[in-house]
Amino acid sequence: MSQNILFLAHVSEAGNALPKASYEVLGAAVKLTKQLGANLTIGLIGEDVAAAAETIAAAGTERILAVSGPDFATARYASDAAAAEAICRSAAADLILAPASSRFMRVLPGVAHRLNGCADTHVTSLEADAVNGELRAARWYYRQRIETVIRRDARPWIVLLEPGCEAAWTGMPGPVKIEKLSLPKFATRTTVTGIRAPQSDAQTIRPDADLLFVAGAGWTKKQSDGKTHVPEAEKLILDFLRAAGSSLGGSKSLVDQSGESQAVLRFMTHLNQVGQTGSTPRHPKGLSMCCHGEEPHVVGWRFINERRAVNLDPNCGWARGKADVLYVADAFEVLANLNARLTPVAQSSPEAMPQEA
Amino acid sequence: MTNGYHIVVCGSVVPDPLQTLEPVSTPTGPALKNEMMLPAVLDPWAAHALYEAANLASKVAGSKVWLVSVGPKAKLQQVMMTIAQRVSFELVPVDASASGFADSHSTAALLAEAIQSIPGLDRARLLVFGGWESASRGAGATMQLVGERLGILDQFQGVDQLRVLDDAQPDGSFEVLERIEGGRHQVSVCAGPPALLGWATGNLPEPRNNPQIGMANMRTVMPALQKAKSLPLPAGGLHFLSASPPKQQRQTRVVKDLSPAQIAQEIAEWIGK
Repeated sequence: MSQNILFLAHVSEAGNALPKASYEVLGAAVKLTKQLGANLTIGLIGEDVAAAAETIAAAGTERILAVSGPDFATARYASDAAAAEAICRSAAADLILAPASSRFMRVLPGVAHRLNGCADTHVTSLEADAVNGELRAARWYYRQRIETVIRRDARPWIVLLEPGCEAAWTGMPGPVKIEKLSLPKFATRTTVTGIRAPQSDAQTIRPDADLLFVAGAGWTKKQSDGKTHVPEAEKLILDFLRAAGSSLGGSKSLVDQSGESQAVLRFMTHLNQVGQTGSTPRHPKGLSMCCHGEEPHVVGWRFINERRAVNLDPNCGWARGKADVLYVADAFEVLANLNARLTPVAQSSPEAMPQEA
Repeated sequence: MTNGYHIVVCGSVVPDPLQTLEPVSTPTGPALKNEMMLPAVLDPWAAHALYEAANLASKVAGSKVWLVSVGPKAKLQQVMMTIAQRVSFELVPVDASASGFADSHSTAALLAEAIQSIPGLDRARLLVFGGWESASRGAGATMQLVGERLGILDQFQGVDQLRVLDDAQPDGSFEVLERIEGGRHQVSVCAGPPALLGWATGNLPEPRNNPQIGMANMRTVMPALQKAKSLPLPAGGLHFLSASPPKQQRQTRVVKDLSPAQIAQEIAEWIGK
């Protein structure tokens, strides 16, 4: 009996388009559908999904299911769970592929329980065995310290794929027929009242940036003259972020200082934290300064391909196979020189500053 | 909130982040080499949830905090010696595996059952807290599964802040900040308990050890640990085909003899490639 695969996506809360990661997951769904000879259904959630559906008209599906309306404009557990459950039941899917967005990460494990199925998150690849078609998912355990390949007996199996792991599907937009599902009344005790973001010139987290710049606690410690230079460090780092268009990360020891009443970089929060107890961002390149590169921090660099570091200690963690290049030097001096070189380039290039996510 | 919240925090033990972890094969699936010998800590996100729970309980009179923890009894006892000195809570232990390789669906079933067995727990005042992920399984799924089993439809993940809107109101409504993409927060208002919150880091510093709190907690922690039920954790149809540490080891070029200007030039060229 052929399998049913459901590609589930939501439109971004900013408008009626699908987030980039959705096209990557659609690419994986289309590939698996062909490989397994399965049937592909597409499910969409959002206030208005018509424009998004047209962009994926050529994906080779016979059914596009949707739950739409003002109740689904924002991410709320009760409404999103009801919508996803209705789509999954209508599609009668064995395998449900969805992007690992914050909206779906919040809700799809609970939906798996309602469907008497199972869910796996943070999956980095999903392959079908060439001989027997058995599905195998790869994901990390212990915060990127152990990589596993798993399979599941239970169906439906909801798999949330991490962004950046598959090539995005591309195809010509076209007209589509959407089957709109209606839902029974669900609880609306929670109201989403808005999005809180830093001022645009203070936004330091840029998921689409090519470079991750990580600052360590050394920026706030006493320097060679026996004094701290926190304001100077702030200016150097912010100037660099503007000039290089990079995203900012921090080590735990640095972001924790704000809660311990020590000298702090004012723009550094727990949202910037990278590592064992922080995030694991995906950027092609990473540059670390004043950070020792110990294992709990470096596990957050698992998906950063090219790595360079600047540190005064030639025996720091970066030197032990964790970076491609370690420069043993004063980070203040290096960054001041680097800013002087990058700033003219940034001023002449309109693309130096990336769009915020 | 006139009667206070009943706050149940779900949290277990994980290996100390500074330890080297090596997977080994066992008849029941992968495990960590010398797992019982590794020093353990309370999972960092669960710890944030516990500190936030204690902070909320201290602000809203009549509130009470429970810590429901699934883990080997000996490990729980070791970790409680430290955690119990920081904030007041009543421990509800379940003696079962705390392995990251355990299935989140099975763990959620144990947690939900333990919560339902707490005597005197008032669902109309119930807030279930936990980490939005763990440093072991890192699934970001277990709390949602617990919530579904308890029939809680107001769920929040990646929470950094909970603010009670008006202490005098009997409904206990509150505002929640959840992390979303791009370093932003989604702001929601919930009409009150029951609700489930998976915490990110929050904004509170780690509380200092207080021996008096420790003495008071240990009066209930030790008897609870002695009475803890030992339960199996079924695999739940999850099969591990392989488990291995990453093999990537870089040949680091250590540059000691360049001036800051030369280093800056080299980095600028690398960024521009």
